[in-house]
Amino acid sequence: MPATASTAPGPAGPFRVTGYAVAQVLLFPLAIVLFVLTVVSAVLVVAWIGIPLLLVLLPVLRWIADLHRRMAARTLGSPVPAPYAPLPEGALAALRVRATDTATWRDLLWLLWAMTGGFVLAVVVVVVFLAVVTFPVWFFGSPPVMRIRAAVDRAILTVGRTDRLEERVHALAESRADVVDHSAAELRRIERDLHDGPQARLAAAALSLGLAEDLFETDPVTARRLIGEARATTSTALVELRDVVRGIHPPVLADRGLNGAVRALAIDMAMPVEVESAVPRLPAPVESAVYFVVAECLANVGKHAAADSVHLSLHHDGRVLAGSVADDGRGGADPRRGSGLQGIATRLAAFDGTMAVSSPPGGPTVVRWEVPCPPLASSSPRTMPSSAPA
Amino acid sequence: MPAARLVLAEDHALLRAGLIQLLEAKGFEILAAVDNLPELQRALADPRADAAVVDVRMPPTFTDEGLRAAIEARAARPGFPVLVLSQYVEQLYARELLASGEGAVGYLLKDRVGDVTEFVDALHRVAAGGTVLDPSVVAAVLDRRRDAPVERLTAREREVLALMAEGRANAGIAQSLVVTEKAVAKHINSIFAKLDLPTDADDHRRVRAVLEWLRV
Repeated sequence: MPATASTAPGPAGPFRVTGYAVAQVLLFPLAIVLFVLTVVSAVLVVAWIGIPLLLVLLPVLRWIADLHRRMAARTLGSPVPAPYAPLPEGALAALRVRATDTATWRDLLWLLWAMTGGFVLAVVVVVVFLAVVTFPVWFFGSPPVMRIRAAVDRAILTVGRTDRLEERVHALAESRADVVDHSAAELRRIERDLHDGPQARLAAAALSLGLAEDLFETDPVTARRLIGEARATTSTALVELRDVVRGIHPPVLADRGLNGAVRALAIDMAMPVEVESAVPRLPAPVESAVYFVVAECLANVGKHAAADSVHLSLHHDGRVLAGSVADDGRGGADPRRGSGLQGIATRLAAFDGTMAVSSPPGGPTVVRWEVPCPPLASSSPRTMPSSAPA
Repeated sequence: MPAARLVLAEDHALLRAGLIQLLEAKGFEILAAVDNLPELQRALADPRADAAVVDVRMPPTFTDEGLRAAIEARAARPGFPVLVLSQYVEQLYARELLASGEGAVGYLLKDRVGDVTEFVDALHRVAAGGTVLDPSVVAAVLDRRRDAPVERLTAREREVLALMAEGRANAGIAQSLVVTEKAVAKHINSIFAKLDLPTDADDHRRVRAVLEWLRV
């Protein structure tokens, strides 16, 4: 998404492009210093010292690139949008986004061009302007030369929207494939549970009842026993059906939404769970995904953490649902091992949600996640014009 | 003794018909049999009603309106006996029901209706001011509690504890476990000693002590 877009009425004349050439020549030393420092700092990130350096250098890099975008836009008479990814709040988080943004790497690549070929073109324009005898050459030659420079600048400094969309399509294709796999596996599990459990029981109950019907007059005592067995069998079938349904969509979630459902999960834990949850009713698929995320996290705490207490929190700021489960257990949880946390990430990815696990050996373990989602219109005022239909 | 007049709320026509048949056969009078929340609220406002049997989930939203209506009715008429039936038992709901006033409350899985004698007995206990909790709620609590006192209980004592939480008197427990009432009394004394609870002859207070201890 373009963060800045400069437009100009038409291509610039010789005086203006010469002004730009002068500016570019003057910025040349800064470009060299910036390039060297950025590369060195990137290496020094290993030794931590690089991080504060990059905190300063990357914004400067962005500034100088933006300056050249504006000059290229005026020279060419067409917009040169900046392709940066939107920055989150917090200096370190922003640094992370900047460092992993392909646009930053392209800025760096562009510095190489600005120090070599681009610099030569700007110098040529300045020289033919200063040498009075070459005035005609300057008058007619400088705009095309600077347009070449501007065109190259634009080519490097603008990642097309196509690239962004390609990236997005790639991410979506990946999460969709995961979701499809996940739901196929879930359906297989449900089919198996129904087949081995309630279906078999009901068949057995029907058999008992059939036998009882046969024996009704000849052997009422046995018939009575068979009817009793059939009743017991249907009870067991009901128990199994309840378990299956809980795994699909827990009734308490349908009744009470996330606030009540996570409290119900907390009650089932052996250790005290402090629950802090005040979220509006959300679209059912999101509620379901977040419920199972919480259930998985709490199950992990119960199985592995040896924790004395757990803190569970869910908040919604009108656009994003943020949640966390923190325990004071022994830590050392590795999201790459075990399918549980992987499954959480997959469930969340389907909604563009993200998850982070912090679990140093010795604890504490904190699992955090964020899911962008507007609330249902009925339970809370709309905060976005594009909020989901009720 | 005149027949107890019941309000019955159940939205499945088959189950409703079955329950009406069963309850009338067992000597209850059905004052109203309803299948949605507005009608249930009207029926519960009827001062002639002696008790109510209510399904948790029903129209219009098919969530927990039955439970809410039951709790409201008990707020309006303290001590009004309500037996809540559900396809599912949630500890969260059990807590809310128990918090809605002392005694005269029950929370059972619908499956329990299958055992007619037990079910009618439970309804009588609720109508008489007792507390009846589904065995699965108690089992879940005992499963969850891994602390020392629960670990000290013997398997038999756990059974007795669960039956007490279901609101049964000594005689009922003895019958269910096929032991003498004296043996039950001994188990109960032992349980109360292990859990550090004051012994009490009164059934209702005893059940409450157990439930409080279990933190259902």
